[in-house]
Amino acid sequence: MNAPATARRLRVHVLRYNPAEPEVLPRTQTYEVDEAEGMTLFILLSELREKHDPSLQFDFVCRAGVCGSCGMVINGRPGLACRTLTAELPADITLAPLPTFELIGDLSVNTGKWMREMTERLEAWVHTKEQEVDLRRHEERMDPDLADEVYELDRCIECGCCVAACGTAHMRRDFVGAVGINKVGRFRLDPRDARGDEDFYELLGNDDGVFGCMSLLACNDLCPKELPLQSQIAFLRRRLARI
Amino acid sequence: MNSTHAGMLAADAIRPRASRWPARLDVAQSVSGLLLALFMWGHMVFVASILVSKDAMWTITKLFEGYFVFGESYPGIVSVIVALVFGLFILHAGLALRKFPANYRQYSLFGRHMRGMRHEDTTLWYWQVLTGFALFFLASAHLWWMLTHPGMIGPYASADRVWGDHFWILYLLLLFAVELHGGIGLYRLAVKWGVFEGKDPAASRRRLRAAKWTITVFLIALGLATLAAYVKIGIEHAPQRGERYTPAWVQHEGGES
Ligand code: HEM
Ligand code: SF4
Ligand code: SF4
Ligand code: FES
Repeated sequence: MNAPATARRLRVHVLRYNPAEPEVLPRTQTYEVDEAEGMTLFILLSELREKHDPSLQFDFVCRAGVCGSCGMVINGRPGLACRTLTAELPADITLAPLPTFELIGDLSVNTGKWMREMTERLEAWVHTKEQEVDLRRHEERMDPDLADEVYELDRCIECGCCVAACGTAHMRRDFVGAVGINKVGRFRLDPRDARGDEDFYELLGNDDGVFGCMSLLACNDLCPKELPLQSQIAFLRRRLARI
Repeated sequence: MNSTHAGMLAADAIRPRASRWPARLDVAQSVSGLLLALFMWGHMVFVASILVSKDAMWTITKLFEGYFVFGESYPGIVSVIVALVFGLFILHAGLALRKFPANYRQYSLFGRHMRGMRHEDTTLWYWQVLTGFALFFLASAHLWWMLTHPGMIGPYASADRVWGDHFWILYLLLLFAVELHGGIGLYRLAVKWGVFEGKDPAASRRRLRAAKWTITVFLIALGLATLAAYVKIGIEHAPQRGERYTPAWVQHEGGES
């Protein structure tokens, strides 16, 4: 490899706290690691755990920006660790858990619990017209352009970055976040869903829903999947304000 | 209708329908903000007329007092307009209160978040809250004064107030607070409701932000020039403080002011 002499020595400052050991206060622990070519934060953290500190907690599954489990605060901004190259960061890297979710330990948070509660609250699943779904019948065909539109919104991986990036969510615990608003937008598009805007107003038409959003747009700017959150929120706001 | 459907409706009816007020309040906040911002643009044109000439400013003042319609001045008309703006302002401020950090905890959570994020629109919101808070006091003082002294507007009357009565301090703070707040507010209105979004929301947002800063800088510059003009007249007019301005052509006609 060319010029290992120029490889940087990274100083990684990790915010550490384990709720199971409340007597050990939250603290920042600093590790020094040699940067490798094409190193992502996932590779870096795995190396830390292998060589320096087996007690370090963090989550990864897919390592390819698909599962949404590796969201963390990277130098102050939420992002996916597996999709972040150390080359894009300064030599001092500060890592912290996503602040709006229940802490499991160190960099690991329980986004799953939050997402499940939000999904139940917003009834984010297809509500069919029929009470009983006949599983033997073929599904109705969907217009390909519409299917694309639904898919575009369905790309959300529930990583929680939009929630952690949202100033409103920081101040108000019950705010559904852009991920929630986007979900309603997704089912609103779905022709199999029998619900209309009146029904969606019941779920989202309040100050914890779309009218609580203060249009700071950090969600839109930091979503790792680049979902059109700005347009979705504005669209639903217009729709639901008309009810 | 079959019986299952009827059963569903009954179940629906038992659950109280969600209130429509959150939607109405959100719209009211935006509409009141928009009207205030548009009024402030008009207001800037009226006061900046002093940069054209004393006669121009005098004419606009008299226009608002109904002089050219009724043949004499009714400052009460100005009071009515001020009262309407004041009402709108109180409505808007009341609605905006819902968005303020409700306690120190929320305030510090937002502050910490903002410093970490280094995200322009998040920071702009902080400035909007800060300037909005300042406007509670600054704009109230100004509005109350104009409500109770509607006849005291004119090239000399206003200049004497700006310089002789030291109102320039209030107006200087007010200028920055209103232009920052109104500019950010209008930008936020556009992204919040998705107007001017077009095919490429990211590109239109960049353009909106550029337009917002251009307008803000222009209006602050215009406001500073205007304020300087009143200060200059106020200094020159200090020896005759209290005397009212009457254009030469009105004096020839034997009119008064
Ligand atoms: C006591 C005085 C005022 C206070 C406390 C205040 C406060 C606020 C706050 C906190 C917001 C943000 C609301 C949100 O995020 O949804 C806001 C929005 C806004 N303000 Fe004000 N404001 C005041 C006066 C004014 C004035 C004089 C103008 C006109 C220049 C103005 C124009 C706007 C606009 C256009 C918006 C955007 C509305 C929206 O986001 O729906 N405000 N105001
Ligand atoms: S909307 Fe984007 S940032 Fe939010 S959870 Fe989904 S993928 Fe993550
Ligand atoms: S636009 Fe702002 S307030 Fe609304 S969800 Fe996104 S980050 Fe939160
Ligand atoms: S590990 Fe799956 S998104 Fe990062």
